[in-house]
Amino acid sequence: MIQQSSTSAAQAGGVAAPPPTGTVRLTINGQQHTLQIAPWTTLLDALREYVHLTGTKKGCDHGQCGACTVLVNGKRINSCLSLAVMHEDHDITTIEGLGSQENLHPLQQAFIDHDAFQCGYCTPGQICSAQGLINEGRAHTEEEIKEHMSGNLCRCGAYAGILNAVKEVVDAKSSEPRR
Amino acid sequence: MNPFTYSSATAVEDAVRDNASHEGAAYIGGGTNILDLMKENVARPTHLVGLNKLPLTAIEPTPEGGLRLGALATNADTAWNEEVKRRYPLLNQAILAGASPQLRNMATNGGNLMQRTRCYYFYDTATPCNKREPGSGCGAIGGFNRIHAILGASEQCIATHPSDMCIALAALAATVRVSGPNGERTIPFEDFHRLPGNTPERDNNLEPGELITGLDLPAKGFEKNFSYLKLRDRNSYAFALVSVAAALELDGDTIKDARLALGGVAHKPWRDQEAENLLKGQPATPETFARAAAKVVESAKGYGSNNFKIELARRAIVRALKQAAEGSQHASDVFLNSNP
Repeated sequence: MIQQSSTSAAQAGGVAAPPPTGTVRLTINGQQHTLQIAPWTTLLDALREYVHLTGTKKGCDHGQCGACTVLVNGKRINSCLSLAVMHEDHDITTIEGLGSQENLHPLQQAFIDHDAFQCGYCTPGQICSAQGLINEGRAHTEEEIKEHMSGNLCRCGAYAGILNAVKEVVDAKSSEPRR
Repeated sequence: MNPFTYSSATAVEDAVRDNASHEGAAYIGGGTNILDLMKENVARPTHLVGLNKLPLTAIEPTPEGGLRLGALATNADTAWNEEVKRRYPLLNQAILAGASPQLRNMATNGGNLMQRTRCYYFYDTATPCNKREPGSGCGAIGGFNRIHAILGASEQCIATHPSDMCIALAALAATVRVSGPNGERTIPFEDFHRLPGNTPERDNNLEPGELITGLDLPAKGFEKNFSYLKLRDRNSYAFALVSVAAALELDGDTIKDARLALGGVAHKPWRDQEAENLLKGQPATPETFARAAAKVVESAKGYGSNNFKIELARRAIVRALKQAAEGSQHASDVFLNSNP
């Protein structure tokens, strides 16, 4: 027999009992979501598999590539290295919360204008990370932006375009009159 | 990840009690290392005690004139804290040399001390590792050991401690505050982490169930003459091959006080007080720095692919001490961590 049904495999191999789920309430892009999920569900998996916001990408799943970057209370984090249950009182923003097809976020427009992607897989993470960088307000020069974007890898190598896109929006922000 | 239960604590005593009441429990702060280890099946806790609601995020002055860093303050909030930048720029610089902005926004100060080695063999459950599975052997000795220890290693383990922040904390002689089933105590930073010896599975001297609640920095911050020099395969977002935290107190050209600690070279942040003593009272010259550097690497031992680290460490120490003496590094430009 080549294949066993999953039921008989579970019986034969002593696989652990089905996961105990619990209720986790998340606020994502301003909307409340009540999820029944196991405690080991990462924030990334909760977003993608349970809320079906698939803009946030799973790249390495180990905090090395930055594709899963989202904003929590305005700060950028790797959603793959955080449990959903740790974020019940937080405001979570994903790429879907930054802009829409009808109304692009300035970073989205800048990424298009500067050819800041080829395959696009890292782009949502790059843009959320760049928004986090802008919120932090510490990176202004090209060198600073490079260092502060170093947690986001792009295997197509669109770094030059990404740098130009982020720089354009950073410059526009810093020339805005302060209120 | 293996199945586990999760609870969130709102008070330190509750966290300690909850941890003690679950066999195989672990604390989780930012989670950036333990969740990674759980995904790799290296860590298999049965219960996680969530710490991020504990009231331990403050950074505030101590009665002794120093600064207390809450264990749950993030690495980013610590590095960019105004008092840290002004009084302990060496710490600011070391923190910002590590990880990425995203990870620093998640990782906590307590968790930074508790992170485990990035030894490939420790992470790879298909290979032997005395740290992961005591008695199974060491894949790194005789294996590919480019990132491994040259100081204080044992025949059981040549893993290194991966932190940058901890190298500055060692140089600054911080104190670790902990709370556990038997109450509270403090641990001098140098006694917190361990050398591998015959028990490489133990990274530190915490007793079972103990929880880090804070880090106390002494009043002296060496804010004028310091350097955190980190050498690595790429100039951002990589672990140190060798790093040096150097701090000097100068009286004219004479060194009044000195601190010297290295990262990437040992199982713990490697502070060398004998080398510090060779600096004290001496003129701040390349010759003095060279004598201290020679002292540090005197007992160094390579394991094949990491032999280069001995000379790299010697030169890095001289360069870091020179930078410190010149006062050429400042908190305002440190996050670029450029190596002049």
